[in-house]
Amino acid sequence: MATAAPTIPKKVDAQTAEQYRVWLRQMILIRRFEEKTGEAYSLGQIGGFCHLYIGQEAVAVGSIAALRHDDVLTCSYRDHGHALARGMAARGIMAELFGKATGCTSGKGGSMHLFDASKGFLGGHGIVGAHIPITTGLAFAIKYKKGDQVAVCYFGEAAVNNGAFHEALNMAALWKLPAIFICENNRYGMGTALERASAIYDISERACSYDMANEVVDGQDLLAMKAAMDRAVTRGRKESLPTLLEVRTYRFMGHSMSDPIHGHYRTKEEVEEQRKRDPIALWSDQLKSAKVIDEAGIKAMEESVMAEVMDSLKFAEESPDPDPSELWTDVYAGSN
Amino acid sequence: MAVLTYRDALNQALAEEMRRDPSVFLMGEEVGVYQGAYKVSRGLLEEFGPMRVVDTPITELGFAGVGVGAATLGLRPIIEFMTWNFALLAIDQIVNHAAKMRYMSGGQVSCPMVFRGPGGAALQLASQHSQAFESYYAHIPGLKVVAPATPADAKGLLKSAIRDDDPVIFIEGEMLYNTKGEVPEGEHIVPIGKADIKREGSDVTIVCHSKTVTPALKAAEALAAENISAEVLDLRSIRPLDHEALFRSATKTHRVVVAEEGWAFAGVGAQVVDDLQREVFDELDAPVVRVTGADVPMPYNKHLEKAAKADAPKIVAACKKVLYV
Amino acid sequence: MATKVVMEALSPTMEEGRLVEWKKNEGDAIAVGDVLAEVETDKAVMELVARAAGTMIKQVIPVGTTLPVGGIVAWLGAKGEAVPGGEAAAPAPAAAPKSAAPAAVAAPAAVPAVSAPPASSDRVKASPLAKKIAKEKGLDLGRVQGSGPAGRVVLRDLEGASAQGAVSAAKAPLATGRASTGAPGVVFEDVALTQIRKTIAKRLSQSLGPIPTFYLTMDVDMTRAAEAREALKALGPEGKVSFNDIIIKAVATALVQHPACNAWWMDDRIRIWHEANIGMAVAVEDGLITPVIRNAETKSLRQISAESRDLAGRARERKLKPDEYTGSSFSLSNLGMFDIEHFTAIINPPEAGILAVGKVREEPAVVNGQVVVRQKMRMTMSCDHRAIDGATGSAFLKTLKTLLENPLALVW
Repeated sequence: MATAAPTIPKKVDAQTAEQYRVWLRQMILIRRFEEKTGEAYSLGQIGGFCHLYIGQEAVAVGSIAALRHDDVLTCSYRDHGHALARGMAARGIMAELFGKATGCTSGKGGSMHLFDASKGFLGGHGIVGAHIPITTGLAFAIKYKKGDQVAVCYFGEAAVNNGAFHEALNMAALWKLPAIFICENNRYGMGTALERASAIYDISERACSYDMANEVVDGQDLLAMKAAMDRAVTRGRKESLPTLLEVRTYRFMGHSMSDPIHGHYRTKEEVEEQRKRDPIALWSDQLKSAKVIDEAGIKAMEESVMAEVMDSLKFAEESPDPDPSELWTDVYAGSN
Repeated sequence: MAVLTYRDALNQALAEEMRRDPSVFLMGEEVGVYQGAYKVSRGLLEEFGPMRVVDTPITELGFAGVGVGAATLGLRPIIEFMTWNFALLAIDQIVNHAAKMRYMSGGQVSCPMVFRGPGGAALQLASQHSQAFESYYAHIPGLKVVAPATPADAKGLLKSAIRDDDPVIFIEGEMLYNTKGEVPEGEHIVPIGKADIKREGSDVTIVCHSKTVTPALKAAEALAAENISAEVLDLRSIRPLDHEALFRSATKTHRVVVAEEGWAFAGVGAQVVDDLQREVFDELDAPVVRVTGADVPMPYNKHLEKAAKADAPKIVAACKKVLYV
Repeated sequence: MATKVVMEALSPTMEEGRLVEWKKNEGDAIAVGDVLAEVETDKAVMELVARAAGTMIKQVIPVGTTLPVGGIVAWLGAKGEAVPGGEAAAPAPAAAPKSAAPAAVAAPAAVPAVSAPPASSDRVKASPLAKKIAKEKGLDLGRVQGSGPAGRVVLRDLEGASAQGAVSAAKAPLATGRASTGAPGVVFEDVALTQIRKTIAKRLSQSLGPIPTFYLTMDVDMTRAAEAREALKALGPEGKVSFNDIIIKAVATALVQHPACNAWWMDDRIRIWHEANIGMAVAVEDGLITPVIRNAETKSLRQISAESRDLAGRARERKLKPDEYTGSSFSLSNLGMFDIEHFTAIINPPEAGILAVGKVREEPAVVNGQVVVRQKMRMTMSCDHRAIDGATGSAFLKTLKTLLENPLALVW
């Protein structure tokens, strides 16, 4: 159930202010990165499938802000934003999208399979819902090894109708595992609205099947996201119990680069209406009101982000393709 | 040397490996309290506790995925499917995740785990409970597939599979669990990727694995009475295949029969034949003949089922065909 | 484990072999490739070579034994190892069949040479292994009866006997009777057939029966050829060529101009050869063999002369390799050295023609109103009417005659 939306306190200490600005920059970075990715894709520099995170930045940034460096997470194929929020270098991600040897998965994974084991970022998965039981497995391993980390899983609302979702949440609750299941409900599974796919609209209600703690969160509100995540993380660490968070958000672009922004499945008006709740605008407005940042600061931030994004593009363009012999590596343990 | 049942040989392997390495755990339906649907995990819950011998709900996809997740964080799960027929529900986790994790993560993440359970037919279990799936998994790069036929091979290969850093498909057999055989004392490891000559011969090679090994040996006995010396080559590993042993035997006898439980189209034998014709073409005095399960879903009726299976008389006939007698 | 040494098919038509001499004894160490024994085949004396290594633990048959292909000749194994029991024993040794009757150096009638081109006209079906072994041994798969499906030649067909092991019937003792010649009191002697006799007999009957043969005879004036031959002697000892050499060259040249005569009848087609591989009949002790001069149309007289001398010499010593006496496209038989003036030769299937040449004889002739002595030679071509018609054969002979009567045309 939703709790009251948190707001920035009147008095913000320097450390917190800095943290807030970091989060803003992260969101802007994701936004500009994804915009440039879209461009590069239309220019043919990125191939295959490409799913953009534009409009959902607050979810990744707000939730990952609540994690420790030794927590682990998995996402669906819409993973660029989470990868950036987790601290993976823009260069490594863009190079991976370009399929280059310097990509974070050596050009072997691509957009849908970003990995960085050193940051606990365990993919990037292409099969809808399949990584949910895998995350239950991560939580199982944490408990097995008697750790206090949490395992976080990001998936869309269309995945909750999948058998894997049900099996994974049931076991997580049954075995009392420190897993956090974050459903990023952007209302549309590709071209199918939630109402047309799901017998019940409120996803968080499904948690009662497993007697699992759950919340509905306004995903465009960064602080709300962070607060809900804090609660889930605490529950996981201290009680080794799972949580289902239904995070309501919106994607401004189509499902992937090959899909329309609007059309048969949603109207242009609806998209424009939703854009009024752009999470970056919402957050920067809050920061400006609290005098944590001003226009000049935002402008400087934008320039810095742009420089970082353009640098990652240049890096990706100039990086080499993997050596042909890489075709055969990493199939088996011995095949290197 | 101790004489053990195939079941007990597996049980020993599980217990030994779980004692040796605390990251090894067993997960599946009825593996704990029930002592194992086929009693392969008898006594393990008592020795290792519920965190290491985990009873699951009926959720093949789910707990296969749990295994994948746990393996990526460095544990060594043994995921038991009550039979391989049910693993079809989990095949996404096996093929799309366990097999590919290492490759698509650029080598950062891997799944050192074993998927095991009985495969192939038993008696009158009908179409949905009688399928042989070796070739499904042998098709996938990133997986290893083994199918031991004897208690000694079962123990030795399971230990190797558990220690292997890649996901291993381990195919047992309901009809094999009660069979007995000598198992060497002490630390007994059988390497993955090595076939075994179960009977030496010189006139024809019978390539077989799992449940076709016994009929192959019976066929060899029958042929010996007619002065035909058959060599029985038990593949043991389907992927990787022991090409060296295969080619050596074919070069010796010049005639090959491949016997397998599964269906013919794109089955394990089809790969064996391709390898033979490509690499030792000039050594073959006859085309390679295959003996397979009948190309039908398994019927319930006892006699129909018998007719559908690869058996010793069929293997004898195939051998005579390649010998032109 | 002991391995057996079997009688191998050392020639395409060999069905049995006679052990002539052991080259290795019991107790000797044997390496792969060592010569174990010498075996007389239907064509020549060949070496039986070890295909495995080990110690010779048993010589199964004594010298002089004839054994069918596939029979066990010896055992190799570890020193001191026992010979496996229960194996098909060596067949009862046949009595040495070498005849005491005088060997017929002269064949009763012209006997066609015994060459061995493939009998079947169909594509040969053989297992990959059989093909490999046939290639290794120089065997002609077309001559082997295939026992596999659709006539496929398989390994055991090359080994001769079936996989069960062969036991040949002991040879019947030779009958003797009384005769006025030979040993007193002996009326007649049956001479057991040697390999070569058997092969000749088999192939003669094959050829004479089904082939519709006709004969074309022509007289050739060999005076100029004789003069040319004399003139060549001025080149020294290497200038010595025989009439036969000249005839071979002329025949080859003429065949190139008349390819229809340089052909094989293959039941469902005629194979026209575009190279003249001339089989030249050579009399050997108790028989005949036809070594082949390949591509004679491209060879000089000198080459043909050297080759024919070498081949004939080795033929008499029974030291020809199978590929040296198989595959001719046309044959030539010359009984001039036996004073024969004219004869008809029997065609060597699947060849379509064979030329029989008699002696070069002096004959008076009238030239420009003068009686002069000319060297004349009668040649007779036997033609398979299925492949060669009268006009075709005649045209070839005409060309041949022109070449022989104008030897310089050979270098035209």
